[in-house]
Amino acid sequence: MNRKIVNKRLDSLFKALGILTTVFGILVLLVLFIDVFLDGASRLSMNFLTSFPSRKPEAAGILSAWVGTIWIMAVTALIALPLGIGSAIYLEEYAPKNRLTGLIEISIANLAGVPSVIFGLLGLGLFVRWFNLDRSVLAGGLTLAILVLPVIILSTREALRAIPFSIREASYAVGATKWQTVYFQVLPAALGNIMTGVILAMSRAVGETAPLITIGALTYIAFLPQPPVTFSGGFPFMHFSLQGLFDPFTALPIQIFNWVSRPQKGFSVNASAGIIVLLGITLAMNSIAIILRYRQRKKTRW
Amino acid sequence: MNNVAFNITRMRASYGNKEVLKGITITILPNSVTALIGPSGCGKSTFIRSLNRINDLIPSFRISGDILYRQKDIYDQETDVVELRRRIGMVFQKPNPFPKSIYENIAYGLRIHGFTIKETLDEIVEASLKKAALWDEVKDNLKQNALTLSGGQQQRLCIARTLATQPEALLFDEPCSALDPISTAKIEELIHHLKKSYTIIIVTHNMQQAARVSDYSGFFLLGELVEFGKTQDMFTAPKDKRTEDYITGRFG
Ligand SMILES: Nc1ncnc2c1ncn2[C@@H]1O[C@H](COP(=O)(O)OP(=O)(O)O)[C@@H](O)[C@H]1O
Ligand SMILES: [Mg+2]
Repeated sequence: MNRKIVNKRLDSLFKALGILTTVFGILVLLVLFIDVFLDGASRLSMNFLTSFPSRKPEAAGILSAWVGTIWIMAVTALIALPLGIGSAIYLEEYAPKNRLTGLIEISIANLAGVPSVIFGLLGLGLFVRWFNLDRSVLAGGLTLAILVLPVIILSTREALRAIPFSIREASYAVGATKWQTVYFQVLPAALGNIMTGVILAMSRAVGETAPLITIGALTYIAFLPQPPVTFSGGFPFMHFSLQGLFDPFTALPIQIFNWVSRPQKGFSVNASAGIIVLLGITLAMNSIAIILRYRQRKKTRW
Repeated sequence: MNNVAFNITRMRASYGNKEVLKGITITILPNSVTALIGPSGCGKSTFIRSLNRINDLIPSFRISGDILYRQKDIYDQETDVVELRRRIGMVFQKPNPFPKSIYENIAYGLRIHGFTIKETLDEIVEASLKKAALWDEVKDNLKQNALTLSGGQQQRLCIARTLATQPEALLFDEPCSALDPISTAKIEELIHHLKKSYTIIIVTHNMQQAARVSDYSGFFLLGELVEFGKTQDMFTAPKDKRTEDYITGRFG
């Protein structure tokens, strides 16, 4: 009897502790959000989004920063997606289980936990100096691609592993080859979860500041990388160019970092406004990931 | 000898060091239903899964002996495994439709074997669903996800999927063990019809089912084929004491 009461008390105690810690976390976040919002909301305007940085805080905007972020993310995705998903397919579906692949697996898992500054140093040494890419969009994209690669490989493998063996069996049993089974059955069935992992990895990369600062991304840029497609009145009307890849860039987190470290009050308001935009992007990406995961769950009840 | 589907002598199979089939010799006639019974773990699945080489997917699996289908060695180096699996279809214990539409479930096998014309695909999909006695239930919802069907319907869909690639033989590994009695009856009836055109081997836990659907029966015990013969004979006058014990429910 006594024991029962003690257990009950312990139960309530743990429950209260659990609620307390959760509420604490949420409260801190909420206070941060509200603070940032109160600071920056007044600065949010079309003008803010379409202006280049400036010496005068009231005139400064984040145009080069968000365009740079989109450039970097596009390059990162274009490189990390095929490489990451491809490696995951190989390791999960094709690779023999031996010491070498075991070593590769452990390395990937470890790389996923390496601090991002280290990837920045790697990018600086490899892409900026060795490949002579300078502080370009391409160097930044490559650096972030290497940063997210291990995470994408791990989450893709997880998604592939979640596809039941019985689906593969069913495919082989009607006479499919290995690649047909992987391409037509396993991949489509895993796609929702793969994309969820990819988007979450990318949303982490969007906010990465350290590696980009390490490779020396500029903080004051008053022009945009050359767009990949331009239009003109005369023949052939459409022009393609990859020159933008080699142009210098800045990105949202870098711009924010730069403004935060300025003494004038106006710039810290700008920083808050920038943070709101960055949070908005991250939130949107995470929402897409959640929706994808939800749809996948509904579609497949094995 | 010409009119034999499977001709198997001294089949031995193991997973790693563990031998699970210890010299099986059996002849399976075409256009008949052969039921394999026996307690669980005695090697029935291993046996049937060796016939379409689906067990090749298990890395530790090893097999030896003469395993002939239509006088050709299934495990010969020259064997085209893809073609073999098309000719010898398989239905599994747990229904395993692809997480796609009903139509795509059946069209898949055809597409990978080079059928691309839509009219042909439509035709075969319909014919297969009819043969599997599922057409009337799903004809208006072919685009619906197969996972929304009931277990019994899913299993008939899997049968239809197998029939679509025009196999000659069908392997059923306890196809009804996850189903309710009504679905079970439907599948048994289906097997009875399919016998006219296919060689059928069915593993079953259910003795009444073996007696109802099969022409020949084999009793497996601890990796050996203890007795094999006409179903009627085996169920009325088993030759081996162990078969009799099992059939009368004294063990297993
Ligand atoms: N993939 C596997 N790896 C190792 N052992 C297995 C595997 N599949 C089956 N076995 C073993 O082989 C024996 C026969 O199994 P199985 O052929 O599934 O029997 P049944 O279908 O008659 O129940 C069992 O002892 C089982 O544990
Ligand atoms: Mg079995």
